[in-house]
Amino acid sequence: MREIERYRGLLAAGRMTRRDFVQRAMALGATTALATSMAGGALAATPKKGGTLRLGIGHGSTSDTLDMAATTDLYMQVVGNAGYNYLTEVSNAGKLTPELAESWDVSPDAKVWTFKLRKGVEFHNGKTMDSGDVIASINHHLGEDSKSAAKAILDPIAEVKADGKDTVVFTMKTGNADFPFILSDYHVAIMPAKDGKLIDPRSGIGTGGYTIENFEPGVRTTLKRNPNYWKADRAHVDSAEVLVIQDTTARTNALTTGEIDAMDKVDLKTAHLLGRSKKVRLEEVSGTQHFTFAMRTDTAPFTDNHVRLALKYAIDREALVKTILLGHGVIGNDHPIGRSNQYHADDLPQRAYDPDKAKFHLKEAGLSTLKVDLSAADAAFAGAVDAAVLYKEHAAKAGININVVREPNDGYWSNVWLKKPFCAVYWGGRPTEDWMFSTAYADGVPWNDTYWKHDRFNKILVEARGELDGSKRRGMYHEMQKIVSDEGGVVVPMFANYVMGLSNKVAHDKLGANWAMDGFRAIERWWFA
Amino acid sequence: MAKILKMVAQRLALGLLTLFAVSLIIFLGVELLPGDFAQEILGQSATPETVAAFRRELGLDLPWYTRYFDWLGGIFHGDFGKSFASDREVSELIGGRLLNTLFLAAVAAVISVPIAVALGVLAALYRNTLFDRTINVFTLTSISFPDFFVAYILILFLSVSWNIFPSISNVSSDLGFWEHVYRVILPALTLTLVIIAHMMRMTRASIINLLASPYIEMAMLKGISRSRIVTHHALPNALAPIINVIVINLAFLVVGVVVVEVVFVYPGLGQLLVDSVAKRDMPVVQASCLIFAATYILLNLTADVLSKLTNPRLLHPK
Repeated sequence: MREIERYRGLLAAGRMTRRDFVQRAMALGATTALATSMAGGALAATPKKGGTLRLGIGHGSTSDTLDMAATTDLYMQVVGNAGYNYLTEVSNAGKLTPELAESWDVSPDAKVWTFKLRKGVEFHNGKTMDSGDVIASINHHLGEDSKSAAKAILDPIAEVKADGKDTVVFTMKTGNADFPFILSDYHVAIMPAKDGKLIDPRSGIGTGGYTIENFEPGVRTTLKRNPNYWKADRAHVDSAEVLVIQDTTARTNALTTGEIDAMDKVDLKTAHLLGRSKKVRLEEVSGTQHFTFAMRTDTAPFTDNHVRLALKYAIDREALVKTILLGHGVIGNDHPIGRSNQYHADDLPQRAYDPDKAKFHLKEAGLSTLKVDLSAADAAFAGAVDAAVLYKEHAAKAGININVVREPNDGYWSNVWLKKPFCAVYWGGRPTEDWMFSTAYADGVPWNDTYWKHDRFNKILVEARGELDGSKRRGMYHEMQKIVSDEGGVVVPMFANYVMGLSNKVAHDKLGANWAMDGFRAIERWWFA
Repeated sequence: MAKILKMVAQRLALGLLTLFAVSLIIFLGVELLPGDFAQEILGQSATPETVAAFRRELGLDLPWYTRYFDWLGGIFHGDFGKSFASDREVSELIGGRLLNTLFLAAVAAVISVPIAVALGVLAALYRNTLFDRTINVFTLTSISFPDFFVAYILILFLSVSWNIFPSISNVSSDLGFWEHVYRVILPALTLTLVIIAHMMRMTRASIINLLASPYIEMAMLKGISRSRIVTHHALPNALAPIINVIVINLAFLVVGVVVVEVVFVYPGLGQLLVDSVAKRDMPVVQASCLIFAATYILLNLTADVLSKLTNPRLLHPK
């Protein structure tokens, strides 16, 4: 590793190119992701001010609005994280850090959370942020008429009230040790309020590092640096332009011809060609994004855990990562917690492809063969149909006949997901174990796509949520990962990296792995070298 | 002249009827698609409560005929309604996009129509020569490729390799006229290559058709030069079919360019329509479709009027 340190020095001093660095670091045994992130770290030394950062994003639609409650994709997430601030932020190291909240305290039962707000922060319209704005911004997502996608995650709040101008007190229905994480969610932007109501949730006025100059949904957003921004070490570029470029080829062309400075969602099939260009580079982070095959445990034959185990043993995860992700990802272990999560169970044995064990479990279930329909569409995730067909081939060796049903992309989430007994699913993942489990694995929650109900699991889930002792929580979450892996209704074959393309002019610190585009914060975190 | 005016009035009235039928068909078509706006906009994050809240607010819980006639009533007051998604007036949402679409169509037309007609005349003039065969092969080749392929080839050479034109048409309203033209050159060239063969072949065929007629033979016997015969005697009589083909292609330039818009990331009406159908944003879908239908109706009417003006015999059907 000393050799690597020497190279880092050379790189930082500009005496070695980034390419050489990555190559040599890899020769010394570092993985691609590690080598590129080290290179980023070494180059990160001195942020410079100025320039216009142009991003090409493969999402976004004419129906987008600046109301973060309605946000569903990366386009508005990136724009929103430039225009708005949140009470808390997940740092590029994956730690929770204060943003508009300066600090917080919790009662011993994890039920009452007291947030001290940062003083003197101004909105783009000149109003000074206080507890009234925060409360109205939270209430925007609650209540019967709320159409917010964050309604479910904020549901544990029983009451939110002000204690003076600079303090907000949240009382939860049950103890919730991870609550400050939830306030970093991209929906829960802090916006200005008047008389206890948000002035206009679609105005785009926040406290963020950039003001929204021009917003054309489905086309582009232009942003300008907020001269009053309260963070000294952020918002380096003068202005930013975020373009909607859905077509992968168009996005790639735009990056290679210098029309944009960075893009998300690099086409994995051509990623190696892009990496060869001298003007651009690939960056990837391995986070919580994962792809699953969800079995409805309330529907035969998936009611029998032996059938579920047979299907879990009948998939070759390595082959899927190699073929579908072309190596840009890691294998999963049939639970949704990623390696970057705090309480990931590292020592849980990795489930391997084993047709004999699959046959054994089929026999235990009293079956000699099994025939199931697997619904997939590329709307679930890029390559979902191919993945399903590969799965079919793998499972055939274990005497399981998977019939791949190709569903239409259009309407996949309303007509297939949560409806069909066995289907392909995409999950962006969640920053905490509790959040992920309570979103999709707890009994009775709307997105429990396996309709799974496990008494022990649900009991520890609530206990762990109210537990403030880290080592106890580690044990609990460990057990829960084991339960999901062994008894859950979900096959998790792989965790996919976020793969981005950047112009070599763009510099940044270590990239956040919690979401794509540096945890959505590219605009305020990146600069021109 | 009175006859023409009468025809125009008749056709406009029929056009309104067509638009009404189109709006009904589109409405029912979108209604038949699985899922509604509330589900599509929430996507994976739809929960029964949020979907219900959306439906209540937008009136999606009402039966389809109530919503259709509400919308139709609005149209008669000149109110195209508001987009479900952004709550913005449809007219405001569509305005800029429509201008972009018309601008691209105009640039493509200004490039392609003169070239197509000129090539067609020349091809007729030098029929069966190497020149004729070359442009036939070239134009037929370019029309045979799918438009996105033509677009990628142009991007590869003119943008990626030689870096003359931008690979994406990133236009906004604050650009100057020539800057705007510069940024839409690649999509306009793509469209030119796609439509030129049709117009050029029709020009060539209708002129060659006329060259066999007795009055042309007479002109030849009088010793008039071939080029003068073609441009002064044959072309004016061949205009009616040529105009029809040109107009059909102009209509295509307005309504059929969504693939080119996607490849060049051009913010036109086609992309807006696709987005809106995907999200079941009915008011926007309806308004876009009506614009497309009206474009066809008006351009067809123009073609007929022009044909009749160039060939008054058509006004007196036997």
